[in-house]
Formats: sequence, C-alpha cells, structure tokens
Amino acid sequence: MKDYDIVIIGGGPAGLAAAVSARQSGIESILILERDKELGGILNQCIHNGFGLHTFKEELTGPEYADRFIRQVEELKIAYKLNTMVMEIGQDKTVTAMNREDGLFVIRAEAVILAMGCRERPRGALNIPGYRPAGIYSAGTAQRLVNMEGYMPGREVVILGSGDIGLIMARRMTLEGAKVKVVAELMPYSGGLKRNIVQCLDDYGIPLKLSHTVVDIKGKERVEGVTLARVDEKNKPIPGTEEYYDCDTLLLSVGLIPENELSRGMGVAINPVTSGPSVNESLETNLDGVFACGNVLHVHDLVDYVSEEAAAAGRNAAAYVKAAYDDAGREGRQTQDTGPADKAAEQDLPNAEKADASQAVPLIATSGVRYTVPSTIRVSHMDERLTVRFRVGGVYKNCFVSVYFDDERVVHRKKQVFAPGEMEEVRLTKEQFLQYPDLAAVTFRIEEE
Amino acid sequence: METRNLTCINCPMGCALTIEMEGNEVVSISGNTCPRGEAYGRKEVTNPTRIVTSTVRVTGGAADMVSVKTKQDIPKEKIFDCVKALRDVEVQAPVHVGDVIVSDVAGTGVDIVATRNVGIYRFDPA
Amino acid sequence: MYDVIIIGAGVCGAAIARELSRYQAKICVLEKEEDVCCGTSKANSAIVHAGYDAVTGSLKAKLNVHGNERMGELAQELDFPFERKGSLVLCLSEADLPNLQALYDRGIANGVQELRILNREEVLQMEPNVTDHVYAALYAPTAGIVCPFGLNIALAENAYTNGVEFHFNTEVTGIGRLEDGYELQTDNGTFRARYVVNAAGVYADRFHNMVSDKKIHITARRGDYCLLDKEAGAHVERTVFALPGKLGKGILVTPTIHGNLLIGPTAIDVEDKEGINTTAEGLAQVLEKAGMSVKNIPARQVITSFAGLRAHEDGDDFIIGEAEDAPGFIDCAGIESPGIASCPAIGEMVADILREKMGLKENEDFVSTRQGILNPNTLSMEERNALIKKSPAYGNIVCRCEMVTEGEIIDAVTRPLGAKSLDGVKRRTRAGMGRCQSGFCAPRTMEIISRECGMSMSDITKAGGASRLIAGTNKDIFIAAAKEK
Repeated sequence: MKDYDIVIIGGGPAGLAAAVSARQSGIESILILERDKELGGILNQCIHNGFGLHTFKEELTGPEYADRFIRQVEELKIAYKLNTMVMEIGQDKTVTAMNREDGLFVIRAEAVILAMGCRERPRGALNIPGYRPAGIYSAGTAQRLVNMEGYMPGREVVILGSGDIGLIMARRMTLEGAKVKVVAELMPYSGGLKRNIVQCLDDYGIPLKLSHTVVDIKGKERVEGVTLARVDEKNKPIPGTEEYYDCDTLLLSVGLIPENELSRGMGVAINPVTSGPSVNESLETNLDGVFACGNVLHVHDLVDYVSEEAAAAGRNAAAYVKAAYDDAGREGRQTQDTGPADKAAEQDLPNAEKADASQAVPLIATSGVRYTVPSTIRVSHMDERLTVRFRVGGVYKNCFVSVYFDDERVVHRKKQVFAPGEMEEVRLTKEQFLQYPDLAAVTFRIEEE
Repeated sequence: METRNLTCINCPMGCALTIEMEGNEVVSISGNTCPRGEAYGRKEVTNPTRIVTSTVRVTGGAADMVSVKTKQDIPKEKIFDCVKALRDVEVQAPVHVGDVIVSDVAGTGVDIVATRNVGIYRFDPA
Repeated sequence: MYDVIIIGAGVCGAAIARELSRYQAKICVLEKEEDVCCGTSKANSAIVHAGYDAVTGSLKAKLNVHGNERMGELAQELDFPFERKGSLVLCLSEADLPNLQALYDRGIANGVQELRILNREEVLQMEPNVTDHVYAALYAPTAGIVCPFGLNIALAENAYTNGVEFHFNTEVTGIGRLEDGYELQTDNGTFRARYVVNAAGVYADRFHNMVSDKKIHITARRGDYCLLDKEAGAHVERTVFALPGKLGKGILVTPTIHGNLLIGPTAIDVEDKEGINTTAEGLAQVLEKAGMSVKNIPARQVITSFAGLRAHEDGDDFIIGEAEDAPGFIDCAGIESPGIASCPAIGEMVADILREKMGLKENEDFVSTRQGILNPNTLSMEERNALIKKSPAYGNIVCRCEMVTEGEIIDAVTRPLGAKSLDGVKRRTRAGMGRCQSGFCAPRTMEIISRECGMSMSDITKAGGASRLIAGTNKDIFIAAAKEK
C-alpha cells in the first residue's frame, strides 16, 4: 500500500499546476512537498507583471499568478507540506523528506512528479578571473533580497547576462534607487524577451552591450569595479577593447540549470542538452511512474507554458496511477487462484505490453534545433494533440521550422525570427502519426526554405 | 517628418516597427505583423504607459515586504513619481491580494494595490 | 604581559597555539583578519603530502614525513575530515624515468613508507582517467587529503578551549624590543610578551626583519585553482601530480575531502601580498596543464575558481627556530607546501623549543580532544529524528547544495571562536560551498547570523572588514533625498 497516489516534488508553478490537474483527473491522494515557507516558488519574488497572458488572458504579477493556483490547491484541498526538503527519492518511488516538525520521514508514492525547478549558474561556471569580494550576486539572489526582504545589495551596478532575470533586475534596482550602469551580454543577441529589453533597459536608458563579457573584477573586500571587453566569434575577449566601470555590485544572470540532483540520485536519465530528464510523450522519464515538468525538465521563459506542461504531467500521472490500480486489481484477483510463478509472469505483463506499445519513436533535434521535449513518442499513449517544445541554437530570420516523419516533411512553418531565448513549439496530432505506421524517427530542423 | 524605431513587445516575435510622425501625428506605421503591433506603436509614440510594480514595508507580518503594482498602467513619465510616493509607505498585516495600498498614486488617478497575501506574524518557538 | 604571543592564526599559528596549550603559559594569538584560516591556509591544495618531494635532510622533508604520520591521530582527536587516499606522480616518458626513480629514492631516504613505482598498466588500472601517455608513476599510499579549514579551525578551537586567547582584526604594525621580551604595536592596542612566535605566512619576513639584521625574504607565489562540482569528484580517486618542475609540484588533479575535484595550482610570483586575484591566463593554464595529466576533465563542471599565496622563502626551506640575533623571537617562516602536511610537526617543534627555553610546566587540565560541528548526514534515521526533536533547527535545510541544516549553522556561529561572517560559516559548515555557490543560502545564512549574533543585516560581511553584503534598504536613496529637501 502506498502512502500517496502522487507525490509532487516542489510547490512552484509546475508543482501547483500538476497537482490541480491530477486532482481534476480524479486522483484524490496527492501530496506536494515544498522546501520554502510558502507555495508559489520563484514566482513569489518575481513581482513584475507580464505573467498569465496565455493562461488567464490578463497580465498578472508573479505572486498574483501563483496565488491563482494556490487558491485552486486550497479549494481542492490538496495536501502539502511546507519547509520540507526532499532528501532522496528511491527508484521504487519512496521519497525521503525532512522538516522541523516531522523530522526525517519516508513516503511511498505510486507516481512521482518532479517539479523542482532550476537554479542559477554561479560565477564559477564562467571562470571570471579577478578577486572574490562581496558584492557579486546572482540576479535571483539580488531579486530575493530586494523584493522579499527589502535590502539593496548595492548602489552602482553592472549586470552580466541579458537573460530575463538580469533585465528585470536592472529595472528593479533602478526603481529602488540604484544606478545600473550597463548590461553586458556575451552572445551577439540577448537571451531575454524583447518586451524586457524595451521596458527594463530602454525605458531607463541602460545600455546593453552585446558580445561583451567581464574580464576582471576589482576590489579585495567589496567590489570596486569591473572591466568589460568585447569578445570575438569564439567568445574570447579581444585585447584592447577593455572598458572599466566603477561599481560596487556585479549581478550575474548567466543562465539557469535544471535542479536534477534528486532525479540523478534515483536513476532518471538526463538529457545533456537540457540538463533535464529525457521524457516521452507523457512527460514520463525512463523510470516508470516518474514524471517531470516545468523548469526541472527544461528551462522555460514563460510561466504559462510551465503551467500547461505541468497540467499535462498531472493528467498523465493520474492516468498512470489509474492504470496501475487496474493492473493491481487484475493481479489481485488472479493471485488467489494461481501460484507464485504465475504471479511473477502476470507482473511482467504490463511491462511486456508497454514494450510492445512503446515502439517509442525518437524525436531528433538537428539543423538549428537544440533539443525537443519530449524526446520520444509512443503513438499508443499520445493524446489527440501533442505539443512539442524546443529551442533553437542561434538567431534565424525568416526561416521555417520543419518536422520530418522519416523523409517526408509534414510541418513547414515560417517565422520571422527564431531566437535561443524564446521557446518554440509545434503541435503534432495523433492522426498524423497514424498515417505513418512504420515511422522510424521524427526530425526537427530549422530551414531557410 | 520624424521616424521612430521601436520594438513591438506584444509577443515574443518582437517586430521592428518603423513609425513616421508629423509633429504629434502618426503618419504611418510599418514592420508590424498584426494589428496589435500597430496599436502598440501608435500608443507608444503618443501616450506611452506602464504598469509599475514595487514593494512596500509591512509591519507585524509573516513577511517584511509586500509586493504591489499600479492597478492600471500609468503614464511612463510618472514612473519615478510613483515609486517615490511609495518610499515611506508602511502597511499593517494582514494584507490581501488586491488591497488598495495607496489611492490615486502621484496624481495619476490610479491606485496601488497589493499583489500578494501577507499573513500576521505568529511567533514560532522552534 | 603574555608569556607567548603568536602572530597569525593560520594552520601554523593554530598548531603552535594548540601544542603550547599543553603547558602552563599565558598565550595569545594576534590575527589581522576576522577569523582563523584566512590566508595561505584557506586557499591551497589541501594535500597531506607523503614527503618524497623535499631535499633529504631539509626541515621540509623532516616535518612533512613526521606531520603526515601524526595527521591521522590528530584528525581523530580533533574531529576534522582527513583521508589517506594516496597519490601518484606521473612520468610520461621513458626518458623521465630516472627523475621518477630519483623521487622514489629521495622518498625512501626521507623515511616515506610504502612507496612504489608502478608501470603504465598498473597506473591505468588504478586511475583509468590518467592520460594515455603515462609511462610509469610513483605511488605513495600514505598521502592524504584534508579539509584545510577543518584542520585549522579544529586546532584553534582546541587551543582556545585550553586557554589560549585569540584577538582578531588585530594587525601587528611594529615590534619593539623590551628588556625581557617584545612589545607589539597593532591597530588594536599594544601587546607585550616574553616570547613571540612569527607565524605570519607571506608577511613573516616583514616581522622577522623588524627585529633581526639577518634579513629573510618571502615571495608571495600565487596559485590559481579551479574547483569542480561533486559530479566530477570521482574523476580521479587519488591525488595525481605531474613530475615536479622548478617552481613547485606543478598542476595536480585531486579529489577533495568533500568529494569535489580540485585542479591547480599555478605558480606565479606576485608583488602584492594580498594579490589573491585569479587571472584569465592562470585559469587557462590550470585547465590546460591538468589536462596533460588527466584526460577528459569536465571543464563545464567548474563551480568556482580561487587563488592562494604560498610564502616562498629565498632559501627554499622552512625557517623554524629562534632568530639568531633576536632572543625570544621564534620564526616559523617560509611555510609553503608541504605546510599543511607539516603543521602538526611544526606545532610540536615550536612548542618544544619554547618549552625548553622557558622551562614550561605541563598544563594538567589540557583537553586533547575537540568535537567538530555535528554533521547530521553521519547519523542514522533514528538518531537524526531524536536530534530534530530536541533541536528542530536540524530539520531545516538551509544550504540545498551541500544539505547543511540550520542547526549546523547555529552551531558554527555560537561555538567558541565561532563564525562571524558568511565565509566563516562556509568554512565551518560548507553552506555556500556547493554548486550554486551560496546563491540560494546566502540571504538565509545572513538572517541566521543576524539573529544569533544580534547583528543588523547591513553589518554582516562576507569576510570581515569592508566586505559588507548589503548597501542599504529599498528606496532609502529617495527617502534621503526627500529629507534633504
């Protein structure tokens, strides 16, 4: 007997949406484990607006968006534990967690939904040379200090990285009284949304220096200044292009990494491109009954897509639980009549069925497409419609996204611009797949024509 | 004739808009791929507005700060007047999403409302 | 008037303080930084070398071998992490074999136990990630890895418990001779002592030269390092060295005691004795040279880089003993590698010198053991739950990367010689030392320090001095501007 049908690791936007959807799919026994003191995850510190245009058809701030889902979780009486850290998940879906009140405890789950989100890349990942004084913060840490605690990490700020958090923090720091001197971006394009470049930088006259990076940090105790330099095509600093900026703070917004320590620990296979689990059409990992959604799966730029993806994971986990109960019911009846040997054979059946139906068709990302989520599709398990999300590896203007079923092009859609900072999607239908019974592979490409 | 170049922000497309103006009159807008782009461009050169988000201090709350926003967008040039009007504001917990924190901020006719809930601080002996 | 003043609270100062606290004496340690372990001791390879490197008969050779022998027992007594993982010195060509043999012979002469020369196959079997070009290697099973902070802090805490005073933020600016000792001017008052121990790391020449005409000269030799994620921690199982060159032991690749992978150091002589800034060239050199010994080092897994300064004395050996023309002034200078390995022996040696000179009597209350900060990960589930029940803070994870609980952080700031800064907490608990490099836990750790030490958030520093983490509060600039009007 399991303690819960579905245990959801993380009570941020992904975990909340997955929980609501699983409940709406008929699963009663759900538990959300959240390590922070409140539900909502990183949305609570994203106090800027722009969330929810797709989901709620209105512009909300992060906390408001979270509140919409938290209220649903409360109304649906879905159980959750706050201030609770998941320490370990076993391959058999036993979840070991800890908090002040319950101590260290173990929960057995029929299905697990991984929704741990992501964390920021630290300075070390860039190997920026120089001193290691106070005043170097990741943008998210600064965001927490300013928005949640009311503390200013510094007065004169240089930001490295033009991802959305970096851009948002440029405006936040400015509006709280700091002087943001420049935002430097290593790549020749920004990783952030256009809207944020306009409303967070242009509105306040903050320069954005593309193809620039930090080559030195000055200050032994507190940051006193940083040196930027232009980089060449190989991202190597070009001597002679150095520019020094006086500042007391360097904010880093240099990328996000899905937080998959728990996933790795339990044996979930990780896609090296996304740093998130490889999943099939059901958002199920290589482990039976272990699903993943949100930023732990791949880093999103819009929370609306997180909610949509997580809702699918919740539905699929619910279906998995129901199927497991059906199997168990069958098995239970047969066990009374048959010996242990037969029981073992019976237990193998669902797996055998799965292998047969799985005929997992791989999705291949190539020619500008960096990855796809999912990375395999079992047609038998597909919904009528399936959203495949992907990112591109560079900026492509007036190009097409093409999807090939083996050698035949079945999707060919033009777009004015594809950029690495923006997640793309293609919807495929089950009907399309049924027309190709011997399909070996689906390939995603960016094409000029 | 004055030409202004803007980036449309309505969607991830980020269309590059070119707007030709005669004084305060928009003569033409090009570069957009949808009607929303045209509307954005027209508004941005004649009456740019923004939603402003910020934080104010809370006393007696489970959190120290509460996030707030202008209930509607306000003229872009009023942004700093708006945040400066919030510099001394302190509210008493509890606060709920939608509570009016400041009405008619900086003479814009727009209210500042809370965007999150802050419960009353309870002493936790642990 | 103190009996002994020790300048410097690095591993040497702390080891000397601890060994001296076995005797009845009034001892104090003066440290210019806000905590112990803030100079050379905090940024090095953390290797307990076996002892084959140094010239036979040198102090380095003698103290290294003896210190290495003592380390296991000391780790038991003082509860700090240490493991004898062994080390390999790689030889990449037949032509270099005589040099490897010479190293072996020197090790035997120095008294290093269990040394062996391995052939290519043996090496590759032991360390499959070693370069394919390996020809042979010197294997030293007695080499180990240690937590340098743990070692330094444990020694200091134990000394403190046994009555040694510590004065932090106290920089010695001048030393004058008295009839019966020395007077030390500092930026924090004047101190007098009958004996002075100079354990000032890269500054030891400055203090020696204040009292002695026989000048010594220390060069700060910078070493840049890269620290890799724990995921890369098992890339090698032992410390892997290249054959030593002129400027030191070259770039090594080693697991750390906490399961990360460490590569470095460079050897770059610098003018500035506080010049612990890494450079792009230095870091590039580390990655490049490490790759010559060990293949496929996952450079993408670097989580931080740092640099430390070794105190290299012109004579190329440790200088330990009374300065010839300054009676009562005991040098402990030029302590570069193998300083960490040697420090237990250095402590004993300096304590012996002083015991003899001063006729010190044993301190019968001396407590030889010290308990480190409890790591709940070492407990069974039952034990852990009992602990959380008693002290719920042990049920609250603050650092997610290293799984450090609030209980450990409270212990770190409230124990004797406790941490007062973010780095102090980091060195004691590892909170902030993981893959996110304190992005998540820094604000939370600051809150705990603020609460436990009664400090305001704006006074909390990264590492003392002017390294404040917070510049003010939201909109305070607007408030100030409004007031001015």
